[in-house]
Amino acid sequence: MATVTVTIDNRQIEVEQGITILEAAKKIGLKIPTLCHMREINEIGSCRICIVEVQGARTLQAACVTPVYDGMVVRTNTETVRQSRKMLLELILSTHPAECLTCLRNTNCELQTLAKSFGIDEIRFKRVTGKMVKEDSIDRSSPSLVRDPRKCVLCGRCVAVCEKVQGVKAIGSVNRGFDTVVAPPFDLELGDTNCVNCGQCALVCPTGAITEKDDTAEVWAALSDPTKHVVVQTAPAVRVAIAEEFGMEPGTLGTGKMVAALRILGFDKVFDTDFAADLTIMEEGNELLQRLESKQNLPLITSCSPGWIKYVEHFYPELISNLSTCKSPQQMLGALIKTYYAEKENIDPKDIVSVSIMPCTAKKFESARDEMNASGYQDVDYVLTTREFARMCKAAGIDWDNLPEEEFDTPLGISTGAGVIFGTTGGVMEAALRTAYELVTKEELDSLEFTAVRGLEGVKEAEIEMNSVKLKVAVVHSLKNAKIVMDKVKEGTADYAFIEVMACPGGCIGGGGQPIPTDLNVRMKRVAGIYQADEQLPIRKSHENPAIQALYEEYLGEPLSEKSHQLLHTEYVERDLFTNAPAKKEEKTAI
Amino acid sequence: MNTEVLNIIREQSKKALAARLGEGSQDNFQKHVLVCGGTGCHSSGCQKVYDKMEETLKATGLDESIKLIQTGCMGACQLGPVVMVYPGEYHYCHVGEDDVSEIVEKHLKNDELVERLFYTNNDGELQPTMSEMDFYRRQQKIALRNCGKIDPTSFEEYLAVDGFKALEKVLTSMKPQEVIDVIKASGLRGRGGAGFPTGVKWQFMADNESDEKYVICNGDEGDPGAFMDNAILTGDPFSIIEAMTICGYATGATKGYAYIRLEYPLAIKNFRLALEACRKNGLLGENILDSGFSFDIEVREGAGAFVCGEETALMASIEGKRGEPRPRPPFPAASGLYGKPSNINNVETWANVCPIILNGPEWYANIGVGKSKGTKVFALAGKIVNAGLVEVPMGISLKEVVEEIGGGIADGKAFKAAQTGGPSGGCIPIDYYETSLDYETLAELGSIVGSGGLIITDEDTCMVDLAKFYLTFTQEESCGKCTSCRIGTKRMLEIMDRITKGLGTEEDLALLEELAYIVQQTALCGLGQTAPNPIVSTLQYYRDEYLAHIIDKECPAGVCDIKVKKKAAKKITA
Repeated sequence: MATVTVTIDNRQIEVEQGITILEAAKKIGLKIPTLCHMREINEIGSCRICIVEVQGARTLQAACVTPVYDGMVVRTNTETVRQSRKMLLELILSTHPAECLTCLRNTNCELQTLAKSFGIDEIRFKRVTGKMVKEDSIDRSSPSLVRDPRKCVLCGRCVAVCEKVQGVKAIGSVNRGFDTVVAPPFDLELGDTNCVNCGQCALVCPTGAITEKDDTAEVWAALSDPTKHVVVQTAPAVRVAIAEEFGMEPGTLGTGKMVAALRILGFDKVFDTDFAADLTIMEEGNELLQRLESKQNLPLITSCSPGWIKYVEHFYPELISNLSTCKSPQQMLGALIKTYYAEKENIDPKDIVSVSIMPCTAKKFESARDEMNASGYQDVDYVLTTREFARMCKAAGIDWDNLPEEEFDTPLGISTGAGVIFGTTGGVMEAALRTAYELVTKEELDSLEFTAVRGLEGVKEAEIEMNSVKLKVAVVHSLKNAKIVMDKVKEGTADYAFIEVMACPGGCIGGGGQPIPTDLNVRMKRVAGIYQADEQLPIRKSHENPAIQALYEEYLGEPLSEKSHQLLHTEYVERDLFTNAPAKKEEKTAI
Repeated sequence: MNTEVLNIIREQSKKALAARLGEGSQDNFQKHVLVCGGTGCHSSGCQKVYDKMEETLKATGLDESIKLIQTGCMGACQLGPVVMVYPGEYHYCHVGEDDVSEIVEKHLKNDELVERLFYTNNDGELQPTMSEMDFYRRQQKIALRNCGKIDPTSFEEYLAVDGFKALEKVLTSMKPQEVIDVIKASGLRGRGGAGFPTGVKWQFMADNESDEKYVICNGDEGDPGAFMDNAILTGDPFSIIEAMTICGYATGATKGYAYIRLEYPLAIKNFRLALEACRKNGLLGENILDSGFSFDIEVREGAGAFVCGEETALMASIEGKRGEPRPRPPFPAASGLYGKPSNINNVETWANVCPIILNGPEWYANIGVGKSKGTKVFALAGKIVNAGLVEVPMGISLKEVVEEIGGGIADGKAFKAAQTGGPSGGCIPIDYYETSLDYETLAELGSIVGSGGLIITDEDTCMVDLAKFYLTFTQEESCGKCTSCRIGTKRMLEIMDRITKGLGTEEDLALLEELAYIVQQTALCGLGQTAPNPIVSTLQYYRDEYLAHIIDKECPAGVCDIKVKKKAAKKITA
């Protein structure tokens, strides 16, 4: 590794050649302030907040994009630098509404933090915005996300993540100069575009310009309605992230306290989406075996991630038949709550309000899909993200530190380690392999850990031998990585039998509804939390879940039964490439 | 096509052009009539003059013996429409449709001159020919050498004026490094504004190994008032193609792009015609002149964004992306278009390449002054008698350009200042009237040569208003990427607006200066960094005018509409 010697604020250090001033400064304990910067994703140097003095340079240089060179002399804290940064912030603030107190990102806003650390006490400019930004220009068309262009600082992070990480490009810069806004193309509203609702934009937005659509009011209303039986389910990835909202380290396992908090909020039953994850393994595992036998529609591709599903519907409609017909665990559990559970407890499904706590903004879209109504009522009525759930807890005065740990309700709260690992990339695959191996070979696994499918590498591959049949599988997370593999599938150059796809980087633990910040470091800690949860559980294979076994005995019969199909499986629609509309079918002319 | 055939065609073409080259006609065409088709003449109605001339020549049967050509810009825009008659370089000014028959009857048929249409200088001296005219006499045309002299769409006419001789020389007798060394030794610097040494730029690209490299012509000329690139692209497109091909050979590129703004339809049309002619004649494509070197050029039309003249934005635009600059490094020579090494030069820079190759670097380096070698084309405009396009050796004084070439200030008014370098430039006040026009001197005075805008102002010009004009332009043309330019120029303009309405305060002035400095220091690209220059420069020399607007609530030049009344001083009670 070639190194160079640079002097930053009178301190000489030797650093790797080619790194930026920003990275070099970190090594001597200096955190140069940034706003637009996201390592490897948004390195455009547009906000200029990180400017520093470089000896010999004509102008100030942006530390986030300027590589160091041997003998470079940098000063990061001169009068000119301080004055310039303050002015730049003042300029940004002169286009930003001063609505901190009524903003979802209040106290968790990078712009607010910067303004505070620079001691901005006045803005010497009248607030004038570009002509495209109107006071009523908030876009609430999406079931998952709300765009408030007034709060946008044009850092470009959402655009970069949508394009470079997800490959969707639902939003971009529109117009020029002072009138530039980040918006969907063709004057569309977000809900009318090919946006897959993954919410990665909301995770990276430094301000409140893109946020989750808040559905807490509806849930509060249901909780205070005495005629309603309000049931909640929690996704695997929520338990390793929710504690962050109360100041705990990322990855802290908060399952017991989370259940207790939900009871305090007033939910009548607290179920676990992990139960439905186990159920998914039974259904999808058998679907895989069936397809392997018939050699039809291979590779089988997972369908748990609603952002991924919508992506396929827009960008790879020809691969729809490869998707598993299984509903996602959220929807499976939703369907069972209003059928199996309702019948068992003798409650009219119309009186049940089914809520789910998800790490995901796309789940809001999924729950609202027309076809998701196995009982005749929507399987899931309201989806709250981890962030919304935390807000409800705070509003209710829940003191996280002093909460007791409680257990999920039975039977839909009983789950295994295989269910919980659904929360991370590779988890569905690993859970499926644990079950498939044992069901096919009738032998017990020596080790449950399939390490080849673990970790945050973009595309992971593994080969498993079962009864001397070799099965090649792939695991991808983030849609740009999915695209790489899907292009191979389309070309016929992929020989996988089974592919797991999660729309968000890291899988659900990195979902668009998770606590902010969610960066690489945070993701890794949450992944560790997930595997810790798996190890702690007494049962770690889906087919050994007694509640699942009972469900099949009492109600469904067997995997892929008619009843299963009716409740737990679904279908997909081809969508237009750029808009949310169903694809226009070419009319066949009579010969 | 090989060099032998090329030279045979060249010799034939020279005969056809002899009447214009001062050698007397060697074919049926005894006289050549050239109608200027430049931008200025177009707006003063040259097309009607050309059509009328064509019609008249046909009707009188003179089209057999008189060659009629529409050329590119001749430069004397204020005198347009211009019609020239060869032999003799007779230069008719302000020719109207109604003047055509008189020129035909008298000059073309009977060799009688139409004196009333010749130029008369301020001293009343009649100047019938180009070489006699004050406007042209002090000029030295290198970049503009063929503009207004040849039919820009004719491959043969370009050959006749030694076209493709430089390429032939390079391909047959020079190694790539030798070519770069010649350009380096000539001292040629980028004419688009930054003035970076062209040879050094070529060297950077040559030194970067790659399977693909690109040569790019920046024809996105955007400075208000500048139109030399348009003139060259329209009037002498072959010279750009030849120069780009030479650069491709020197730097190891086989593909070129000419990025020309959409608002220059004639430039695009003529450039495309020239490309076609080159391909047809084997001067573009595979194995040019049997040298084994292959090269081709594609035209990309820019949609008219000023920022696309910035090289990284221009390349983004060619790639079909939003035209926004990106931070450098990496520089285009290392990673440019499509991530490949790319060399981008401005049109006028390209136009200097072939003469340097043919006449040698010493010849070029002997023209100019100090580190500013060669000539520069200026778009002379404003309160001047002879506005137009002028090419002068670097180092000529501002006063010479204004008074000798430009014919002085219009309407007998007094010179106040020259604004140079367009919206990225500054002004030169009368104290520096005799200053040398070159990169270094103008930079010392707080201005720039830039792309060559040269706006002359007189005593009736309000410098605050002038600065506001340029800032309005840059603010509108900001791409919107960086905070400094997007919001900074907007806030500066708001302050300028207040000042010119008499609503400005001294705090405004202080804030304006602070903003100007910070935008210069922190903007991402050159356009943002230089956007405050007109403000900074006018504040340097004309602070009193700003103060007059702010404190006295009056515009000394009487330009700004100030409705606010100065507060009366407090009455002193006895």
